[in-house]
Amino acid sequence: MTSENPVKLSPATLQKIDEVITHYPVKRSSAMPLLHLVQEEQGFISPEAIEWIAAKLELEPVHIYELVTFYPMFRQKPIGRRHIKVCRTLSCALLGAYRTCAEFEKHFNTYCGDVSPGGEVTVDFVECLASCATGPVVMVDDELYEKVDEARACELAVKIKAESERSAGKSDGQRI
Amino acid sequence: MPEQRRIIFQHIGEPGYSNDLACYLRNGGYETLRQAVKRKPGELVEEVKLSGLRGRGGAGFSCGLKWSLVDRKSGKPIYLIANADESEPGTFKDRCIIHQDPHQILEGMMITCFANNVKQAYIYIRGEFPDGARILEKAIAEARAANFIGPDIAGSGYGCEVYVHRGAGAYICGEETGMIESLEGKRPYPRIKPPYYPAVLGLYQCPTIVNNVETLCHVKHIAAMGGGAYSRIGTPGNTGTRVYCVSGHVQRPGCYEFEVGKITVGQLLSDVCGGPPPGRKFKAVIPGGSSAKILKFGERFKGKRKVGVALEEYDWALEDVPLDFDSLALVGSMGGSGGVIVMDDSVDMVEALGNINAFYAHESCGQCTPCREGSIWMKRITERMVRGGARPEDGALLKNIADQIAGRTICAFGEACAWPTQSFVQKFGDEFGAGASAKAGVLPAGKIRLI
Amino acid sequence: MIQTPKAELITVTIDGREVAVPKGTNMIETALKVGVDVPHYCYHPKLSVVGNCRMCLVEMGQGAVDPATKAPIMDPATGKQRVNWSPRPAIACATSASPGLYIRTTSALVKDCREGVMEFLLINHPLDCPICDQAGECKLQEQATDYGRGYSRYIEPKNVKPKHTSLGSRVMLDDERCILCSRCIRFCKEVARDDVLGFIDRGSHSTLTCYPGKKLENNYSLNTVDICPVGALTSTDFRFKMRVWFLKQTDSIDAESSAGANTIVWSREGVIYRITPRQNDAVNDTWMADSGRVLYKAVRAENRLTEIRIGRAGGKAGGSGVDAAIHAAAEVFKRNPGAVAIVGSGRSSVEEQFLARKLGEALNAPAWLVSRLGKGDGILVSADRNPNVRGAIVTGLVSSLPGQNLAELAAAIDAGRVKAVVCLGEDLTEAGLTDAQLAKISIVYLGTHRNATSDAADVLLPTLSVFEKGGTFVNQQFRIQKFSPAVPGPAGATNDLAVMNRLIEAVGIRRSQTGDLAGVWSEISAAVRALAGVSYANIPDMGLSLDAALWAALPFVEGESLHHKPVK
Repeated sequence: MTSENPVKLSPATLQKIDEVITHYPVKRSSAMPLLHLVQEEQGFISPEAIEWIAAKLELEPVHIYELVTFYPMFRQKPIGRRHIKVCRTLSCALLGAYRTCAEFEKHFNTYCGDVSPGGEVTVDFVECLASCATGPVVMVDDELYEKVDEARACELAVKIKAESERSAGKSDGQRI
Repeated sequence: MPEQRRIIFQHIGEPGYSNDLACYLRNGGYETLRQAVKRKPGELVEEVKLSGLRGRGGAGFSCGLKWSLVDRKSGKPIYLIANADESEPGTFKDRCIIHQDPHQILEGMMITCFANNVKQAYIYIRGEFPDGARILEKAIAEARAANFIGPDIAGSGYGCEVYVHRGAGAYICGEETGMIESLEGKRPYPRIKPPYYPAVLGLYQCPTIVNNVETLCHVKHIAAMGGGAYSRIGTPGNTGTRVYCVSGHVQRPGCYEFEVGKITVGQLLSDVCGGPPPGRKFKAVIPGGSSAKILKFGERFKGKRKVGVALEEYDWALEDVPLDFDSLALVGSMGGSGGVIVMDDSVDMVEALGNINAFYAHESCGQCTPCREGSIWMKRITERMVRGGARPEDGALLKNIADQIAGRTICAFGEACAWPTQSFVQKFGDEFGAGASAKAGVLPAGKIRLI
Repeated sequence: MIQTPKAELITVTIDGREVAVPKGTNMIETALKVGVDVPHYCYHPKLSVVGNCRMCLVEMGQGAVDPATKAPIMDPATGKQRVNWSPRPAIACATSASPGLYIRTTSALVKDCREGVMEFLLINHPLDCPICDQAGECKLQEQATDYGRGYSRYIEPKNVKPKHTSLGSRVMLDDERCILCSRCIRFCKEVARDDVLGFIDRGSHSTLTCYPGKKLENNYSLNTVDICPVGALTSTDFRFKMRVWFLKQTDSIDAESSAGANTIVWSREGVIYRITPRQNDAVNDTWMADSGRVLYKAVRAENRLTEIRIGRAGGKAGGSGVDAAIHAAAEVFKRNPGAVAIVGSGRSSVEEQFLARKLGEALNAPAWLVSRLGKGDGILVSADRNPNVRGAIVTGLVSSLPGQNLAELAAAIDAGRVKAVVCLGEDLTEAGLTDAQLAKISIVYLGTHRNATSDAADVLLPTLSVFEKGGTFVNQQFRIQKFSPAVPGPAGATNDLAVMNRLIEAVGIRRSQTGDLAGVWSEISAAVRALAGVSYANIPDMGLSLDAALWAALPFVEGESLHHKPVK
């Protein structure tokens, strides 16, 4: 663990980090962009990352820790290789979001919030994703899927499984 | 049936329209900015004041008034933050503009910056729009390359820079001072006002304007057509158009842009959106995002209201209520973010409230006592009621808790989490009383869980 | 609050009573001035305002005035100015005095606000009172009694958070009790300048913590325990030891440095249980260092001196009375005429230093002080670790600051010019003297704890610690401050002033008084110009500022600290 890069971030990420810090007159403002960049590369925010970011921004580790635990999008532990986020707020719930989530849980033999067996997926509830007219709405990683009723959830689960079999053939999942 | 007037949404969903600069320019984009930077900044502020534009993010506060409160004497830099944190349940208009017509936002922002001597602007976009952030960054790069952003905008000598800042899943970042705290890299705890009015002590304790993304788009059109012309669109006090987002139990949910106040609840829900699902009847509607008070079908509203200089009587069924800020306030709700959530007669109101209460309990930042504890208490009560443990006094208890929150918190989240409970219990009291326990947690076949 | 004399005064009306306050005063402080209590948790007069507890909500109004003439509009019913009350209550801590401001705290709305906030604070609060140290001085208990609804309506499960975790070696944290007022976080950031505390998670699950692996270890950590309104932060030293309602409070001064922080010593039946800061806005605000709080442990230390002894340690066993000791000391003086020296202490009180000077005059003996230096922390531990060097200067015991060590005395001993030393509580070997030099002289030792010098003393008189006697110190600001006895000294200890008075008499000087505080002060006020007219009784509780002009040229070691800006 080198002191300059104990978190072992890639040069590309380090470059982006240095660039984004210049966007703000006060360094502390770049805390969130840095957390996003670290999580995008490593899949989660480790204690080393928290301490490294704090040192880089001349803050106490607790100031970064405060942010990581406040914002649901930042996670401190690795999750499944695919992240399935089901909106549960009123409009989507009215159209059956809870059934959609149950469908995913059944297909991947997991519970909401857990990592499924084999590390394949994590199914999570999230709050309103701002696409209420096309509910139930699901995000898989960065992609939005609309009108995901139970049938479409089933289709989506099959698609995800197929994709994960293909990529398992290519390389080890980086996240677990 | 009233016609949509798609000013902001002119190109949303248009076949062949793409979100790149070339397409925007082909459609006359940035011409308004080119003309605007030739004018005096103060003139543009006057146009916006004259237009009567009210914020489209939720508060409906006069945009011109907000700009005029900015402290221009302190010598401190003035900041603009575009609120792209769209998180009010039931609202999804900004998503469309961000993903499909991002340059409209940028043009509105740059006109706003020029008018207010802003040299540095940020777009605070919710973390759950990762594509949106990429699209905006690409659009900014394109605009910068074409000198619509940067040190010398459209050859005027005026310079302004824009960066995108991504949120990470907190609704409270949509509150203007919460957003400012988040941008400063701290926990997004809203600030006490007084003394921390953003117009005076905002980002980095400098004067700051926070405007919703749709509002900034309206600024562009106001600069193009003039404040007077804009003020003749819509209705007095509720000028221009707004994008209504309809979701829930209607046949054609989606975004619809109408002149403010020139469409009623009934027209929007039945004529435009095709009415309830087959075999069902409308039961209730939340007209302005989940923070707004719920309105019950079958309710009537009577009284006198000011129309122009005269005092007119009104006697409305819910279907007759015009969807403008003032009329909705008159009938005890609010225009809010324009998110119209419709519920039909299959919905158990206790469960629906349970869903909303769970949202607010989850999103409460936890800074001040009433909201932090009250929101989770209300959530736990409604949850217990849904799972079969309802008591006859729970409705009154819920309302009393909500009464102890509204008006007593640091920010409007207090009202936002209290109003649903107050209005649901008031309007659907029979479902909250002894009737609730009779349902005893049984989920009939075909019934959809809401919590 | 320190009031600047020229501050603009604004009149506001609280519950019908007018009061004039300096511009910028908040409504909690203003209400206090007319005896109105505005309950609060997160507000603290020495920390930034955050307004998050919402307990201080009051009704705010503006006196109605005619827009044209600005004349007040009167209400014919009451004959007083009509008030336009705001429908929304405002927090008193963040409302500043402004012309025409009206506040009312007794309305139904305010009552409902307080009952509401109290209820919300209690719904997730654990019923820990029977095992919580804070009971008896808990703001939640007090305000629930005064302003709460009186019964609970909450039947849901309560939040579960970590209990009794060690936040640092001196502070224990019980997260469930925490009401998230953030006083501790603000203190650590703004006063202690050790920004290690924060809130994690969100909403009602928000939890106070240090970053895992980091600790709250700074030398001001225990102030967070003082200001915590509930029992979330408790002192590990005091934990479970005593219920506060049994404790007697005595005013004292922190003797660890010349900062002179004001303190309260809490004791019961002769035993001290804890020390906390006492508010003095001119010296220490509401703070003191952790290192000063443990000083009471010395009272019952292993090496406490409790027996008079004549002859060197290890000699004949058996105690002696005061008379014999005084007689033996007189013999030492008689055997070494003109060859006696006094080693006084910067830890002695002003009164003791004055009598030491008198003794020195009677014996024609020079006096030295032992210096005690450390690194000043810029807050309340100054670079001079003696609390009262200035007392020795003001009383004339010495005329210059103590040197690094007692080199001059050592030389005089070696040269045979000094053959006897009256040592007042200092260990000469720590001040640079060698065992050989100790062996050359006779020593009359007055002190509280055993050391190499007390062992070598020919006459040993155990005396009282700062917690067992009354007296004064002069701090780095040249402020003379009083301390009082909290507990009685050990059975064999003698009263310093009485003993020194008798020693002076033993040299043949008639003394007109018996060496009590009042008597010594009548002498001091006559003999010391800077203290003319001062008596122990008339020194205010907040201390008395002395004119330091006479000593302005002395090279005092202290740098800047809270409320002390030395002029270079």
